[in-house]
Amino acid sequence: MARIHVTTTINGEPMEFLCEPQQSLLDALRNNLGLTGTKEGCGTGDCGACSITFDGRLTCSCLVLAVEAEGHEIGTIEGMAQGETLHPLQRKFLEMAALQCGICTPGVLIAARALLEKNPDPTETEVRFGLAGNLCRCTGYDKIVRAVMETAAEMRETAS
Amino acid sequence: MNVITPAENKWIGTRTVRPDGADKVTGRAAYAADTTMPGMIWGKVLRSPHAHAVIKSIDTSKAEALPGVKAMVTAKDIVDFPTDKSVMLGIQDMRWMCRNVMAREKALFHGHPIAAVAATTEEIAAEACRLIDVQYEVLPHAIEIEDAIKPDAPILHPFLQHEGKPSNIAGTMVAKLGDIEQGFAEAEVVIERTFRTRPVHQGYIEPHACTVSYAADGRATIWSSSQGQFMVRAMTSLLTGVPQSNIRAIPAEIGGGFGAKTIIYLEPLALLLSKKSGRPVKMVMSRDEVMRATGPTSGSLSTVKIGAKKDGTIVAAQGTFYLQAGCLPGSPIRGPVGCSFAPYAIPHVLSVGYDVVCNRSKVAAYRAPGAPIGAYATECVLDELAEKLGIDPLELRHRNSAKTGMKAAYGATFNQVTFEETIEAIQNHEHYKTPLEKNPRPGIKRGRGVASGFWYNAGGESSAQVNLTEDGNVVVITGHPDVGGSRASIANVTAELLGVEHDRVSVIIGDTASIGFSNLTGGSRVTFASAMVVTQSVEKVIGQLKERAAKIWKIDPEAVIYENGACRPAGPNAGQFPPLALKDLAAKANETGGPIGAGVQLNTQGADPGFATHVVDVEVDVDLGIVRVLRYTAAQDVGRALHPSYVEGQIQGGVVQGIGWALSEEYLYDKQGRLDNANFLDYRMPVCSDVPMIEAVVLEIPNPRHPQGVKGVGEAPIVPPLAAIANAVHDALGRRFYSLPMSPPKVTEVMDLPLAAE
Repeated sequence: MARIHVTTTINGEPMEFLCEPQQSLLDALRNNLGLTGTKEGCGTGDCGACSITFDGRLTCSCLVLAVEAEGHEIGTIEGMAQGETLHPLQRKFLEMAALQCGICTPGVLIAARALLEKNPDPTETEVRFGLAGNLCRCTGYDKIVRAVMETAAEMRETAS
Repeated sequence: MNVITPAENKWIGTRTVRPDGADKVTGRAAYAADTTMPGMIWGKVLRSPHAHAVIKSIDTSKAEALPGVKAMVTAKDIVDFPTDKSVMLGIQDMRWMCRNVMAREKALFHGHPIAAVAATTEEIAAEACRLIDVQYEVLPHAIEIEDAIKPDAPILHPFLQHEGKPSNIAGTMVAKLGDIEQGFAEAEVVIERTFRTRPVHQGYIEPHACTVSYAADGRATIWSSSQGQFMVRAMTSLLTGVPQSNIRAIPAEIGGGFGAKTIIYLEPLALLLSKKSGRPVKMVMSRDEVMRATGPTSGSLSTVKIGAKKDGTIVAAQGTFYLQAGCLPGSPIRGPVGCSFAPYAIPHVLSVGYDVVCNRSKVAAYRAPGAPIGAYATECVLDELAEKLGIDPLELRHRNSAKTGMKAAYGATFNQVTFEETIEAIQNHEHYKTPLEKNPRPGIKRGRGVASGFWYNAGGESSAQVNLTEDGNVVVITGHPDVGGSRASIANVTAELLGVEHDRVSVIIGDTASIGFSNLTGGSRVTFASAMVVTQSVEKVIGQLKERAAKIWKIDPEAVIYENGACRPAGPNAGQFPPLALKDLAAKANETGGPIGAGVQLNTQGADPGFATHVVDVEVDVDLGIVRVLRYTAAQDVGRALHPSYVEGQIQGGVVQGIGWALSEEYLYDKQGRLDNANFLDYRMPVCSDVPMIEAVVLEIPNPRHPQGVKGVGEAPIVPPLAAIANAVHDALGRRFYSLPMSPPKVTEVMDLPLAAE
C-alpha cells in the first residue's frame, strides 16, 4: 500500500511524516516519529494512556488515524515542559508523589492540563470526572487528584 | 542493629522527589515497548480460538511463504519439561511454564499461544498468523470450579491425580493447629458460610512487551519490563536452552505488575524468533492478549466456619478454599490457607486449600496472592459472628488478636504482632467515631463495614553496590525493578546514612550483568531487603572513608568517626584536624588508595508480617444496585516509612484495587468458554470518579530486625477491602452478599429475594 504524506504541527513544531492509511496517530507518534512518551494501554480509547491534544482538545490518539493529523496541531507529553522548566502540573506531580509506575502519567498530565485550561478552579468532583478517562492502577487516584487541585490553586495565585 | 529514631533523621521519612521522577513526567522514561533496535522486526502470537482442544496439526508453510516473514516458532522449539518431573525456579514449575508460553499437547484456554511469527512489519506478522493452518479437535471444557471438580468433569491433564483418580484437583495444602473437632465441640456459637469470588486481573496499564537481540556470537540481550530481570534471564534460559551466561536481561521501566510480571510470556518466543531470523525482534501484547492470556488471579469457592464462646473468645476456625489455577497447576492457595486466620489467637484451626485446574489462562501472582480471597470469607463470617454475639466487630477482633511469640497455623512463630495497634488506630479514628447517616435520601441506604488483613511479607536475595564518584556524589545500584518508588526510599536511606544532600544521590537499577543476583520485586520485600543491603554497603563505604582520612591524618582508623557527611577525629586524643567531607575524600580517592565503593549481597532475613485494619462507608442505590464507596480509612503497621508518600501510595493503590475486586471486576465467559470481556470497557476497573480519597493511617512500629525498622507495605492493603465493603453493604441493606463482585445486577438480584430466602 502506498504510504501517505502528512504535514502537521507537533508541540508547536512543523512536522512531516509518512504513514500507512490504517495507522493510528498513536502508532505514528511512537513508531514513525519516536515520540514514545505517549503510551498504549488498550488501543480502544478506554485507558487514556495515549492522551494527546488535537487542536487543543483532549483526545485518545489510538482512536485517531495518523492521516487525520494533516493540517492540525498535536500536543504530546514531550511538549509539556519548556526546556528545563517543568509545567506546574509536572512539578506538582513530583512533589506530591502523584505517580508510582508512571505509565499512565503522560496521559494523566495531558488530561489534567486540558481540564485546567477549561476550568481553572475545579472541585474535587470535577477533577475526578475530568480524569475519569485515564486509568491508573497504582495510586488509587488520591495523590493525582490532590496534585491537580493543588496545581490549580497555585496557578490561580500566579495568574492573579 | 540500631534503629534510627525519627528525631535524628534529615532524609528518612521525608517526602523527597523521586530519582526517576523527571523522566516519568516528561515522557522520557523508557518502558518495555519504547525500545527499538536497528534492523528490528516484529513478532506476533497466534492464539487458540478454543477453550480446550487437541492440536492435531500445525501447517506453517503458507505463512512462511509470505514475503516479509522471517521466522516461526511452535512448541517444538521450546524446551520440553516432561510432566513427571518437577523443575522449579522459585515457585514456578517449568513443566507448567513451558506449556504456558506455548501450547504443547493441547490448547488449554481461549488465547493459549499456538505459534509465534516474526516479520518485517506488525501487519505482515499478523497476516502470517492468519495463514497458519491449525487443525483442532475441540474438547469439552470446564471454566468454573464446580464444573471442574464435578465427578464427570472434562479432565484437563491425564497426569494429574487426586485421591488416586484422574482429577482437575492438582494439589492441596493444609495448615492446622490443635484439634478442630474439639474446638467446635467447645464453641457456643458457630457460623459457617460459603463464598465465591471471580477471577480478577492485575490490570497494569502497560501490556507485556520485550525486545530481544540474539547476536552472531550466541549472546542474547533482552529488554523487557518485569518484576525481576534475574527471573527473566533464568526462565528464558530454561525455556529456550540458551545458557544463562549468554543472556543479559536489561530491566525496562515497568508500567505496573502487581505480581503478574513475576513470570514471562513473550521473552522466550522473541529470543527464539531472533535466533532463527538473525534480527532483533520486538513483541508487544495488545490489551486483548493481556486479558485473555496473562494471569488474572484465581476465582474461588470458599467455606469458612468459625466457633466462639458467648464472651467472644474464638475457639475454632475451619476454612476450605478452592482456587482456580487456570489451565496449569499453581493457584495461590498458600494465601488463604495461611493468612486467613493468622491474625487471630485461635487454638483449633484447620485450613485446607485445593488447587483446581480449568480452561482459563494460567493465574499469576496478584498482590498478596490469594490472601484477599481468604480474608473475604473469614472477615465476613467474623462480622456475622460479632452481630450475633452483640459485640462491636473491631472489639471482637481486638479480643482475639494473635500475640507476639504465638505460633500461627501456617507454621511461623511471630516475632512481633502489631495487629491490635491497627485495630486501635481505626477505633480511635474520627471516621469510626463519627456516626453515619444511614438513610440520607429515599432509595439510598448507607452502611459502614470493617475488616482486617494479614500478609506474610518476605526477605530473600538482594544485592547492592554503592560507589562514590570523583566529584563526591553517590551512585547506588540495586537489582530490583522499581514498581512504586523503591528508588525514592533508597535515595532517602543513602543520603541519611552518608550525611549528604539528597540530590547528590542517584539510584539506578542494574541489569543481570552489572549487579549481583537479586530476587523478584514481590512479596512486599524490596524496600525491606534493598534498604538492608544498601545500609551494609554504605557502612562499608564509611569504613573506607575513615581509613582514607586516617591515612591523610596519619592516625589509626579507629580514631576516626564519620558524622554529618565528614570524617572527624574521634576525640582530642586522636589529634586536631579539620573535618574531611565525603566530597574531599572522594576527590583524593586515587592518591589515598583508589576508588571508593562497596557492595553487599545477602539472603535477607527478619521480615515481619504486615497487619492492616480498614473501615469503609458505602452508599447503595437500592433501585439501581449501585454501590459507591463514600469514605475509606486504612490503618497499617509499616515498621518505618522511609518515604511516607510512597508508603501511603501503596496503601491507597491496594485499597482501590480491592474496591474494584469487591464491586465491579470479573472475568466473563461465553458458553464456548471464550473470554467475553477482554478489554478495559467491559472489564471495569475503578476510574477516578468511582472512588473517594483513601486515607492511609501509617503506623510506624519499627521492625527490630531491620536497620531502619522497615516492614513490607505493598500487599496487606488489598487484603481487607473485599470483606470491609461486603460488611458495609450488609450494614446498609441488612442483607449479606456471599459472592463478588457486588455489581448492580447482583445487588438488585439479592434485593429482589424475599428476606427469608437469603
